[in-house]
Formats: sequence, C-alpha cells, structure tokens
Amino acid sequence: MSERAAPRRLRLPIAAHEAVLLTILIAALAVLATLTDRFFTLDNLLNQGMLMTEVGLIAMPMTFIIVTGGIDLSVGSSLGMCAILLGYSWHNWGFPLPLAIGFALLCGAAGGFVNGWFITRLKVPPLIMTIGTLALYRGLAEGISQAHSVRGYPDWFYGLGQGALFGVPSQLWILGVAIIIFGVILARTTIGRSLYAMGYNETASRFSGLSVDRIKLGIYTASGLMAGLAAWIFVSRVSTTRSDMGSGVELDVIAAVVLGGTSIFGGTGTIAGSVLGLVLIQLLKDGLALTGVKGDATIMVIGTVLILSILITSFAERRRDVARMARPPLRQTATDQTATKQGGTP
Amino acid sequence: MSATLTAAAPRRLRFAVSQEWLLAIAILLLFVGVGLYNPRFVASRNLQSILLGNAYVAVAAIGMSMVIISGNIDISVGSLIGVLASVSGGLAVAGVPSVLAWLIPVAIGSAVMAAQGALVAYLGLPSIVVTLGMLSILKGGLISVTNGVWISNLPDNYHLAQWSLFGVVPMPVAFMVVLTIAAAWWMRNTALGRSIYAVGGNAEAARLCGIGRERTLMMVFAVHGAFVGIAAVLFATQLSVIQSTVPSNLELTIITASVVGGVSILGGTGTVVGATLAAVLIAAIGSSLIFVNLSPFWLRAVQGILILVTVLADIYRRRRRGLAR
Repeated sequence: MSERAAPRRLRLPIAAHEAVLLTILIAALAVLATLTDRFFTLDNLLNQGMLMTEVGLIAMPMTFIIVTGGIDLSVGSSLGMCAILLGYSWHNWGFPLPLAIGFALLCGAAGGFVNGWFITRLKVPPLIMTIGTLALYRGLAEGISQAHSVRGYPDWFYGLGQGALFGVPSQLWILGVAIIIFGVILARTTIGRSLYAMGYNETASRFSGLSVDRIKLGIYTASGLMAGLAAWIFVSRVSTTRSDMGSGVELDVIAAVVLGGTSIFGGTGTIAGSVLGLVLIQLLKDGLALTGVKGDATIMVIGTVLILSILITSFAERRRDVARMARPPLRQTATDQTATKQGGTP
Repeated sequence: MSATLTAAAPRRLRFAVSQEWLLAIAILLLFVGVGLYNPRFVASRNLQSILLGNAYVAVAAIGMSMVIISGNIDISVGSLIGVLASVSGGLAVAGVPSVLAWLIPVAIGSAVMAAQGALVAYLGLPSIVVTLGMLSILKGGLISVTNGVWISNLPDNYHLAQWSLFGVVPMPVAFMVVLTIAAAWWMRNTALGRSIYAVGGNAEAARLCGIGRERTLMMVFAVHGAFVGIAAVLFATQLSVIQSTVPSNLELTIITASVVGGVSILGGTGTVVGATLAAVLIAAIGSSLIFVNLSPFWLRAVQGILILVTVLADIYRRRRRGLAR
C-alpha cells in the first residue's frame, strides 16, 4: 500500500520540473529563432546534436549515480585517459585499431569499476574517491602521452564522429539508443526503482534486501564505460587524440543532470529531465553564440541558469512541504498504516 | 561505555597530530632523499621558489579546509583566485595605491563567498552545485570582461615578495606561516572556531547546543573568501604579467592539499596545519620530479595517488578504532 503511494509522490514534482524545463526550452527556441535565422535550421540543430553527444552519453549513467545520492567527478579524466589509451595503443604499441578501441572501452569500464569498488567495499565517499581518480586518470593520460598528440587515423575511423546515417550524424543514433536504454532501465525496471530507493534511503534499501553494493558497482562501471565510448566518438569527431581531452566535462555533465531536475541529494530525477537539461544547455550555448554573444559569456549564462534552476526547485519543494504540512490528512489517507497510527495518537 | 569513549578521545587527538607529523616527516624524507640524488634540489634558490611559488595554494587550502570541515565543498576557488588576481592587478595598474590593490580583492573575495554561503546556509542549496554554477559565472565573466588581455607594467611597490619579515622570511611565506598558525589557533581555542567542527560533525547536535548552523556556515564561507582573496593577492604579486585567465585545475590542487592534510570530506575533523604541510609537500613533489629526471607530466597522477592513499589510511585508522560509518 505504502509502496504504491511513494512513486506517485515522487513522480508529480518531477513531471512539474520537466514541464517547466520544456516550457523554457520552447521559449528559448522561439526567441533564438527570431533573433537569428541561422539558428533554427536542420543543419545547425543536427550539428549541435553532434556536439552534445559526448556530454549526453556520460550524462546517462551520471543521472543514475546522482539519483542514488552519489557523484562521479572522474568522468572527464576517464574520457581523456581512454582517448590517450586508444591513440597510444594503436600508434605506439602497435595494436590494430579495432583492438585499440576495445582496449580503451575496457580501460574506461575498469576505471569506473575501481571507483565503484572503493566506494562500495571500502566505503570511501564518492565525492572524494572520484576527486582522487579525477587527478589520477588525468595524470595517467598526461604521463603516458607526455602531452604528445596522436593523429593520422585511417578514414573508416572518422565515420563514427563525422559521418552520417540516413542524414543524421552517426553518433546521434548511439546517443538515441543510449537514452532509450537508460530511460527504460530507470523508469521501467526493478533496477531503476532500486536506484530511487537507494537514493531515498540507502539503509532501508539494504534492509529491504536490495543488492545495493552490486547495483552501485554496476552504475560506476557503466559511467566509466560510457566515458570510454564518449572518448572514442570524441577522437573520431576531432581527428586527434590529446591528453587534455574532456577536462571539465564532468561539470557540463553535472550541470545538465542537475538542471534536468535530479536532486544532488538523491532520490529523484529522470532521464527525460537530463536530456532536456542537456539540450537546453547546448541550444543556449549555440543560440547565444549565433546572436553574437561571445563563448565565454555563454558559460556565465549557463552558470546563472544552473543556480537559478536549483533555487526555483528548492522554493517549489519548500512550498510543497509547507502545503503538505498544512493538510496532513490528505497524505495520511494514502497509507493506512500511518493513518491507524494517527488514529491512536490524537 | 564511557570508558571506551574517554579512551578513544585522546587517541583520536594523537592520530590528528600524527597526520601532521606524517606529512612533516614525508617532506623531510623527500628533501633528504631527492637532495642526496641531486643536491641542486635543496639549493636555497629552489627551496625558495617552491615556498614562494606555492604559498598562495597553502593559504587557499586553509579556507578550503574550513569549508570541508563544515561539511561543504567549494569548487569555484580556482576561478575566484583568477578573477581576484586580475582585479588586484587591474587596480594596481590603474594607479590605485598598492595597499588598496591588496585589500580590495580580499573584501570582494569575502563578499562573493558570503553570497554563496548564504545560498548554501539559508536556502539549503547543495554547495557543490552552487559553487559549480559560480565557477562558470566567474570563469566566463573574467574572460568576457577582460577579453583575455594580459596585465603588465605593474608598479614596483606592488610586488609583495620583495619585502621580507625580519629580513629573512619573504612576505608570502610569512603570510602562509602566520595565517596557518592563526587559523589553527582560532579553530582550536575559540567558540566560533570550534563551532565549525560542531556543525560539520553533527549539525543537529550543534543546533541543540545552541550553535546556529546557518550563521556558522555563512561565517565559514565569508572567512574562506577572505583567505581566497589573500591567496589571490599572493598569487598576483609574484607575477610580472597577470594573465586574465583562470589557473587551470587550481581548485583540484587546493582540495588535494586539504584532503591530504587530513581533513575528512565527511566533515567534522581535520586541521589547517596539515593542509599547509600538504600544500608544501605537493609543491615539493612537483619540483622534485624535474630533479630526478622524471617528466613533470606525471605530477597529477602522483597527486591522485596521494589523495587515495590518504583516504585509505584514514579509513583504515577509523576501522581500527571501530568508528567506521
């Protein structure tokens, strides 16, 4: 009985947040489209989709992680490490390119697994663990490459980052598939529900028999794997491998996820919200750039939007809490257990 | 029950001390070891450049330690140092007396951090998101306002490092030492200072003891901002040209110094002496890589390993004490 009440309460505010985001997105689209005629063209929009793929791919597992109340700051460094391993294993260590790609993906997953293992087995707080590996993985990228870049990949390699399938950039298909897979897992599977439960109350989840540690290990590994995938796409898109690739990506990813309504404290959030946050940030960046605002000023706008969005969400939550407290009977009738308790103590 | 508690308390104090001793011994071993391998490492010129060039990191790490002890984090610190350094340099070049060019950034830093502290304390926003947003605002703002122009032709009397305390200790190093001791004393011996630990350790218990969580957090951020301002001035005054960009990954180095210095990211424990020692250790390691013919590109990997080792040692110690979460 009480289980049925929980998701209803969870879903309502999220849906509201997504509606707000969607409205802002449509308004931004309309304004930007009237300001410049180069913005609302298919070419430009597809191009923007291409540019946001790497951040988008990493934002999927990041949504899972933040929903559980964790965080992964090492993703940008993982991306850099995987890019360097891809380039170096092919160019300097003589791996065939397909093997090098597999190797990079594997190392990404391994990097994520290390995070997850320390976090679950040794109870290292996710924030500090991933700050440590943020430094370590970037350091490995810099140390292995000695800041040299790798270029001159064969032509077929660029198909993923620069080619198109049915008129849509190839990596957008991958992003689309990832969104669907992660979205379905979060909204429609036991694992997805477990993620919310863990974020809401980890101890209770543990006592309810959820395999909390195994799920956590899985999502941090997935985070590393997606960083590896993003690295592959990134290298293919820009035709070169550098050790500073993806630095600061973690901040873009977290901004998209948080803007999408996922609470950093865990327990709430959806993939749809993260996608809306991602698209909103990318279109804002692009639209402002096209209307003549310089690139650095757009970073400012994004920072402001981020702070404003959590301000508004926090105000909304407060008002809801106040409203809920003002009329307790409504909430109590949803769960007969508490209702009887309430009856016992006047 | 009470016996175990009282037994645990002094032991914890001893361990808190041992983190600092450990760092001091590590620094000493590093200097002796690398000095034996390559005597030029311990030449006074190199020692001076290590201390002078990194005093600002240590000063910022003092503020950061307070923020982390209070149970928060600040990732906007690198951007704020970049902005305040430009403000300071800009004022000095515009003909403002050097004293004001030093003091105004401190005031601005404190105000910016207090604003963030207000969002965290009174509106309950997570500090990681607030400071992430502020990082973007400061970083974007700095470059779009200055257009990335470099500030040069700084007046002669602007450079702090040309003076020294008692004729031997250069000013930035003196600042580092004095501020570390003052902050450590303040946090250990005053009610205000101790309230930072109380709020970080258990906010509810602190509230029941009459310590306001909101006011304490506001104070922590404001004080941190002042330290960041001083750090920015120390950073700016050692340069002959101030680039209007944000020093990359500075926040990471500062957080690393705090964590390696023994501040628990869970809040409630740690001291600023450790943070300063850790900042010196990290700087010394960075410098030593060159003297043992290792590429400086490995520095960040060493930083990462240092963080992980510290955290693991901390967890191991907690487990042994039976105080694991």
